Amino acid sequence: MSAPDKIEDLKSYLAAQEQKSLLRFLTCGSVDDGKSTLIGRLLYDTKLLFEDQLAALEKDSKKHGTTGDDIDFALLVDGLEAEREQGITIDVADRFFATDKRKFIVADTPGHEQYTRNMATGASNSDLAVILIDARKGVLTQTRRHAYIAALLGIRHVVLAVNKIDLVGFSEPVFREIVKDFTAFAGGLGFASVTPIPLSARFGDNVIARSASTPWYAGPSLLSHLETIDVSSALAEKPFRMPVQWVNRPNLDFRGFSGTIVSGRVRPGDTVAIARSGRTSSVTRIVTLDGDAPEAVAGEAVTLTLADEIDASRGDVICAAGARPEVSDQFAANLLWMAEEEMLPGRPYMLKIGAATIPAQITDLKYKTDVNTLSHAAGKTLHLNEVGYANLSLSQPIAFDPYRENRDTGGFILIDRFSNATVGAGMIDFGLRRATNVHWQALDVTKDARASLKGQKPAVLWFTGLSGSGKSTIANLVERALHAEGKHTYMLDGDNVRHGLNRDLGFTDADRVENIRRVAETAKLFVDAGLIVLVSFISPFRSERRMARELLQAGEFIEVFVDTPIEVCIQRDPKGLYKKAQSGAIKHFTGIDSPYEAPENPELTLKTVDGDPTTHATAILAYLRSGGYL
Amino acid sequence: MLGYLRAFRIKDFRALSNRQTTMSHLRRLEAESIHIMREVAAEFRNPVMLYSIGKDSSVMLHLAMKAFYPSKPPFPLLHVDTTWKFREMIAFRDETARRLGLDLIVHVNEEGVKRGVNPFDSGSAVHTQVMKTEGLKQALDKYRFDAAFGGARRDEEKSRAKERIFSFRTASHAWDPKNQRPELWRVYNTRVKKDESIRVFPLSNWTELDIWQYILKEQIPIVPLYFAARRPIVERDGAMIMVDDDRMKLHPHEKIEHRLVRFRTLGCYPLTGAIESSAATLEEIVAEMFAATTSERQGRVIDHDESASMEKKKREGYF
Ligand SMILES: Nc1nc2c(ncn2[C@@H]2O[C@H](COP(=O)(O)OP(=O)(O)O)[C@@H](O)[C@H]2O)c(=O)[nH]1
Repeated sequence: MSAPDKIEDLKSYLAAQEQKSLLRFLTCGSVDDGKSTLIGRLLYDTKLLFEDQLAALEKDSKKHGTTGDDIDFALLVDGLEAEREQGITIDVADRFFATDKRKFIVADTPGHEQYTRNMATGASNSDLAVILIDARKGVLTQTRRHAYIAALLGIRHVVLAVNKIDLVGFSEPVFREIVKDFTAFAGGLGFASVTPIPLSARFGDNVIARSASTPWYAGPSLLSHLETIDVSSALAEKPFRMPVQWVNRPNLDFRGFSGTIVSGRVRPGDTVAIARSGRTSSVTRIVTLDGDAPEAVAGEAVTLTLADEIDASRGDVICAAGARPEVSDQFAANLLWMAEEEMLPGRPYMLKIGAATIPAQITDLKYKTDVNTLSHAAGKTLHLNEVGYANLSLSQPIAFDPYRENRDTGGFILIDRFSNATVGAGMIDFGLRRATNVHWQALDVTKDARASLKGQKPAVLWFTGLSGSGKSTIANLVERALHAEGKHTYMLDGDNVRHGLNRDLGFTDADRVENIRRVAETAKLFVDAGLIVLVSFISPFRSERRMARELLQAGEFIEVFVDTPIEVCIQRDPKGLYKKAQSGAIKHFTGIDSPYEAPENPELTLKTVDGDPTTHATAILAYLRSGGYL
Repeated sequence: MLGYLRAFRIKDFRALSNRQTTMSHLRRLEAESIHIMREVAAEFRNPVMLYSIGKDSSVMLHLAMKAFYPSKPPFPLLHVDTTWKFREMIAFRDETARRLGLDLIVHVNEEGVKRGVNPFDSGSAVHTQVMKTEGLKQALDKYRFDAAFGGARRDEEKSRAKERIFSFRTASHAWDPKNQRPELWRVYNTRVKKDESIRVFPLSNWTELDIWQYILKEQIPIVPLYFAARRPIVERDGAMIMVDDDRMKLHPHEKIEHRLVRFRTLGCYPLTGAIESSAATLEEIVAEMFAATTSERQGRVIDHDESASMEKKKREGYF
């Protein structure tokens, strides 16, 4: 073979390599079903191991293996034991292998307690799930759970891998029975395909090639099924959607919108809309480093320019003008909780969907789903690894599609605002109303107009601190002084509100959140009316105080931290409550058996152990005067 | 040498006739990396790209040029120079920054230099810890970067398989394995508190072969050391070390031989083993890759020092 020939050969070989598609799948199974062995076997048999790794594997197999002198394929992917000992939480490990036809990324999701969360994470990016069953054990509770989570996360293709078939004498009836059990159950989950395969991961039967030991099995081997199955969900044929990630402005003459197309296709000349504002324009260019492209399809990361100077920024969705996503600030969704700390309805979380991050709260948990039995039960909160169906409310409308239509425009995460942890994942089911139809009533008499009539700048003085710290005493003095100056005020006091508006609420964490939410909304209405509002509430949680702050405009929320050490409060105990709490007669008492989270950046901190209430009240009035409120 | 290419022919036709309408895997990987880079540019105050001059960095940089075109990448490059890199790497680094018109920050741990830390006398572990890991922390602190791109891939090593794409670091740069965030879909939680930071690995899902195929397809410039040439080599502890300058003192029994070699990975020259090869073009490198029988980390002396120590290094802040 002459030199140019070789290179020609190589080029066409590479061209073919490049055209390979990618299949992402995940494996699920209980401990010892043979998951690691199966993945190790696939890596081994597709020759993705190098000699040095092989040598290490053979050595390890002799030392730690569970398979006698044979190679223990599980060792290729394990090492998880050690990690568990070190307390490392791993949700997903990704492994790579390839054949002539396809490239594969397999998500291996270990962990037992965390299984639901881990599996959901792996499933969110997978096209197919391989559900392992030990042929000796048959369909177990876990099998149902795996199938349910796969379906919940939108996986449409399932392989039912009946493993260890060698240990049941390669028996067809055993296999049939398992398949029957599984289909009876999975029929309701709406998979597009369920492919049962009898396997022996350890000995390789039906993994790469059909096995002579199962002559009764006429289907494909696992690998040939994975190589050929068509998992495309025809995303490219759906309506065009592109969340704007980044506005590209190298100079005044260029303004492009960069993002990943999550469905459909786009060409210059297409009419598109900004989903939220409804403004339309047409695409002028698809700009790339390699020159303008004539077309771009789902999956590509592109930069578009539009014919008109319309307003769009990060978080907006550019869509086909003729087929737009829903726009709403309320929707119903399946929620999976991923944090140790329970979900609290009413608490503000950050919701991230596409490129948009928006404050949101769970308004109503409709039911919890038992992932093992699929039965529904009522519930107030979700704990780690629980799944539920809930209504969510956002602080502003977003554009979305139902998750079953599109994972990218229908899947979201919830983030805790203080720890910044990802605490939940959600799959939107449908919008609850069209926000576009419920525009706020435009009112003629504005907040400014009302306030100027009163000669003051409305604001909320939010007093927070332990019970007995002195909040009400100081707030009373301030209100009296303001009133004497002819200012219009209103006082919201914790105890009083609990007798009326919030009479139905107790002292659990969830109720405390709701308590504060109602008070904050009420305070906001009074500010709108032009009043200076004094709120005197223990309000122990940072996130709720932050929610109150964010309901109001900048400068309208003045957080006053009445900072009194707990020992002093216990000593004062004006209402005898600490005594009751300490004796256990009252539960969930702040400072005793319920936490108080001190403000991080209050506008004012008052240390009541030095100075008397009047000095503190004077300090507040001085603050209001210098801030132009009076 | 390319006899096995005959076999490729037959496979070619099989693969070609099987062409899919969906995106090729390289296009898919490219798009994913670009998506990640744009998220970082949009959400972080002060990102930086760690540029280590190797092939992965070359690909990462190329993807950044694509991600923000016609703008320049909205972040500088940072090279933590251990002062022991191959001379050709340094020349390539400076030329690349100039050619692309990008800001390049070069940081050296001067304290380590003063203490005379070097790979020969201090040992590879100490040298790497001081000049690379500590140097990196110094630079991140000095410039207050809140996000740093790194070119690590999950296929490099068993422990990397579990690394997230957005890897969260505490204010002291520690990798807290208990505090990593689940990554669903394309939605990345990018929120950090003051002084905390995130390491971002946009090439997580690429394999070594993907990297080479992409370099070939896109004709991305790489350091010439990747191509075979006759180079001055000394055999030491079973590795072929290139004598890049006169700081390397020869042991009595050692002698320099000029051998036809190339490098699969690049780092500090005394810690980087060459492989015998005649692959002098990208095509030949890729062909060699298909036939390769050893994994790329074998050339890295650092991994042999302490096996399975990656986890530990990561916790200490090594990339
Ligand atoms: N006989 C037989 N043993 C198997 C098979 N697959 C796995 N095993 C064994 O089952 C045990 C658990 O396998 P492993 O892959 O570690 O399970 P994992 O916990 O699901 O990853 C090991 O001892 C394997 O060798 C199989 O198909 N047949």
